[in-house]
Amino acid sequence: MSLDDFFNDESFFGDYTFKNSPRAVKRFPFPFPEDDYMYSVNMEPHVPGRPGSVFEHTFDVDEHYVAEMRDRARVLKQDPLRCQSLPHMTLAGWDLLELIMESFARDYPQWFSLTKSGNDWHWINRPLNIDQKFTFLDETTLPCGPMEYITRQAQGDFTLQDQREDTLWVEAGMVTTQADWSLDFDIGMNFHQWHAPVPVAHELGVFDRALKFLLALQHGAPVRRFNWTMTVDPLLDTSPENYPKWGPGKTTLTKENIGKRQHLRVELQTLFRLPRSNAIAFPIRCYLCSFEDLVTQPKWARRLHRVVRDLPDELATYKGFIRNRPLMVEYLSQFDDGAPTSPGWWPEE
Amino acid sequence: MSVGAAKIPVIVTEVVEVNSLIKRFRFVREDGGEMPGFSGGAHTVVEMDDHGVRRLNAYSLMGDPGDRTGYEISVRRDEAGRGGSLYMHSHVKPGMRMLISPPVNLFPLDLRAKKHLMIAGGIGITPFMAQMAQLDALGARFELHYAARDRELGAYMAELVERHGERVHRYFDVEGQAINLQTLLAGQPLGTHLYVCGPKGMINWVLSTATAMGWPKGALHSEEFLAPPVGQAFTVELAASGKTITVGPAQSLLEALEAAEVDAPYLCRGGACGQCETKVIRCDGHIDHNDHWLSADQKAQNSHIMPCVSRFTGAALVIDR
Repeated sequence: MSLDDFFNDESFFGDYTFKNSPRAVKRFPFPFPEDDYMYSVNMEPHVPGRPGSVFEHTFDVDEHYVAEMRDRARVLKQDPLRCQSLPHMTLAGWDLLELIMESFARDYPQWFSLTKSGNDWHWINRPLNIDQKFTFLDETTLPCGPMEYITRQAQGDFTLQDQREDTLWVEAGMVTTQADWSLDFDIGMNFHQWHAPVPVAHELGVFDRALKFLLALQHGAPVRRFNWTMTVDPLLDTSPENYPKWGPGKTTLTKENIGKRQHLRVELQTLFRLPRSNAIAFPIRCYLCSFEDLVTQPKWARRLHRVVRDLPDELATYKGFIRNRPLMVEYLSQFDDGAPTSPGWWPEE
Repeated sequence: MSVGAAKIPVIVTEVVEVNSLIKRFRFVREDGGEMPGFSGGAHTVVEMDDHGVRRLNAYSLMGDPGDRTGYEISVRRDEAGRGGSLYMHSHVKPGMRMLISPPVNLFPLDLRAKKHLMIAGGIGITPFMAQMAQLDALGARFELHYAARDRELGAYMAELVERHGERVHRYFDVEGQAINLQTLLAGQPLGTHLYVCGPKGMINWVLSTATAMGWPKGALHSEEFLAPPVGQAFTVELAASGKTITVGPAQSLLEALEAAEVDAPYLCRGGACGQCETKVIRCDGHIDHNDHWLSADQKAQNSHIMPCVSRFTGAALVIDR
């Protein structure tokens, strides 16, 4: 298969030509292992998973890769502050660059290659047509900082957390595919500060436990978890900065267009201890799937109906879909015959 | 097992007698691959099979973090200790196969610092050796003040001076030299971070002096791993696993748990990281709280115990493991 056949030519704004192939729908990381949902720490080791699944490799590169990188460049051009790195985080940026380059080259040798001779590195990214020779740990040999350089070539948002005073501090990041939060606002905050807006979870003690777990995260033992929300139209950049552009879209959902326009937005979040900087990398990879595609899997259709119907109001409000919940439930109920669902989130074979 | 990562099978390639008390060991991967990168201040936990007794001791990585061909540690022989350092000194030879943990850093550099001021006592020099190599590569500003008993025991002083020149300041107790701490601290530029590693007395002296002089808590960093003390044997009832175990005189409670196949997480095994913290369900007797982790309240109430370094004397101890 040639590069052009594998990677979609599509857009995540304007005419929204984004589309999941049948294969992409089947491997969509549906985030609900049960028929109801509540916050939990829900972290598990990030070890290679089923072949073909989004867990097969350390980082998933899928059919949307080229288009997502084009979308990132577009967003950055409009708003350069989506990428920021405080001066002491440069070393963590190099750690991240190494992690991504080594993983990509190992897991997708048909697309990426990395050759090293000491600190002289040669990176080839065929899908994006990049051929770069540079000196590892020498910023002057790259066109931009190491974190920006590599995250312009990797799907998903990335933040880098420094660890000190028994907490984590978000002090660098590339954030253009976010579920309504702002790096420019959060940068410099610690773990409890940036999670302050999340309802319910604080009272459950979720953040205290999660932080204790993360402070002990070890190099070589990454972990992962899911998060999810809802997005009208396949827009990656649902940022607070651009809310006036996408927020009103929620008011134009109808019975007729909801199947095509309403998307379940899933984040596969992974956490890696970085070796040289002792920082933690937090890749947040966003997957979108329309309701109409989701309901092609009968198990997901039944379960999504039940989760959306029964979610506590404060969570539906926080996730920004309380207004359209009745419409979603009405649409999804057509596909729920009340039959029991099997445990776990994989679609039925 | 500690949190997560798999142990690294290594071969001992060098054992060097640095002075009458200290030996240096070099490990390379058994499979010939690169060691994981690490940050200055990190340690590894070395697993020893001491004639049937499994010992796990944490040692700071002292090599250049930029060198991924191998890890180096220095071990000071402790005649009165439980035997880990004696085992390293008398039984570990080049060619031997061992297991070590991936690096963990409980004494990291704060890279926001405008200057890094380091104070080392004796074997406490080792984490600074890695940190200085890393700071040197980053072009950061640092200064080391290193005290030892005498010239013979001042391990690596010559190498450090050769590598870092006038940034290294040496002090020998027997020659009546001592760090003039007040003056040193008073003369530091704004944004300096202070790091200290050495004997307990030195750490307390440095931290209390800096605090009294108004240094912010966030700019003070220290590391002291405790060796688990020896003591009388004692018996512990494990409520969660339904077992009763006996902790030997030269064994720690954490080691006894592991020998009984009861899982307790750890990172440092020296009373600092907090991972093995365990709830006490009943304590009819006295717990020797030897850790730096629990609060004074927790210690006074015997609500928790750190199995890596703390011991018990009395009629009954029941813990939540």
